[in-house]
Amino acid sequence: MLLIRCPYCGERPEVEFHCGGEAHIARPETPTETSDADWAGFLYYRTNPRGVHAERWVHNHGCGRWFNALRDTVSDRFVTTYEMGTPRPEAGSDVTRA
Amino acid sequence: MLEVNVARRTPAVAPMKAASHVRVEPIGPEGRLSFRAKESALAGQSEVAGFRVDGAMNSRTVSGDRAALRLGPDEWLFTCPAADLEEVAEAISTTMDNRAFSLVDVSHRDVSFLVEGEHADFVINAGAPIDLSLRSFPVGAATRTILAKSDIVLTRLAEDSFKVTCWRSFATYVHGFLVEAAKDFA
Ligand SMILES: [Zn+2]
Repeated sequence: MLLIRCPYCGERPEVEFHCGGEAHIARPETPTETSDADWAGFLYYRTNPRGVHAERWVHNHGCGRWFNALRDTVSDRFVTTYEMGTPRPEAGSDVTRA
Repeated sequence: MLEVNVARRTPAVAPMKAASHVRVEPIGPEGRLSFRAKESALAGQSEVAGFRVDGAMNSRTVSGDRAALRLGPDEWLFTCPAADLEEVAEAISTTMDNRAFSLVDVSHRDVSFLVEGEHADFVINAGAPIDLSLRSFPVGAATRTILAKSDIVLTRLAEDSFKVTCWRSFATYVHGFLVEAAKDFA
């Protein structure tokens, strides 16, 4: 069983969580003034890296809170998790065993 | 309180006998209130109308016949005797006057079961992949989690005693699942 460390509940089983796609994607302040290309970029274009990826996760069968996680897309290892609204930590620092 | 949407129905499940030393029993009616308030709205208050709101995340704090289960950073499930519900809801509204909060009567949404006896933790673990060792889920712990295909709220009342609360439409399923799992400990 893969354990994910919820910033509020601690380590909990993977089945309690759901992934919400890439993190740190800001919606343009005024979409009407955004070019079609930039809007398409916001809607559809993702980094999809091979390696450490910042993602949004929700502990929906637990505390119900959203948080961010750095996950290695190759090994499926969670590097760290952190609260929404905080900046992306340096990859590899503050390592969480998962 | 507004009476229009209050469903008053018979209990969802009838008691079931299982040849096991782990007892699985439906618990009768109970007042349940879903309470949400941000830290700023609580303004350092440790209790709201007799319910403690300063308990740790995923814990249950009891004061008399009232219990507060902290299910999220800003979310609590308050339980009280069914007969006190009206009065309790009024008291909470009065205490929280002019501050942002949400209070929903979910008494009739949920059904609770008592799972008790040696190996009660094994019975819960038959459908819940959560660590129930006393170290990580001590007496007084309470959390929302998963039991098989259902969302539940799990509380550890004593080392070998758990309370399982699920939505009423899942009640027969959860009850059947627990009784079935208990058969392994005859
Ligand atoms: Zn959580």
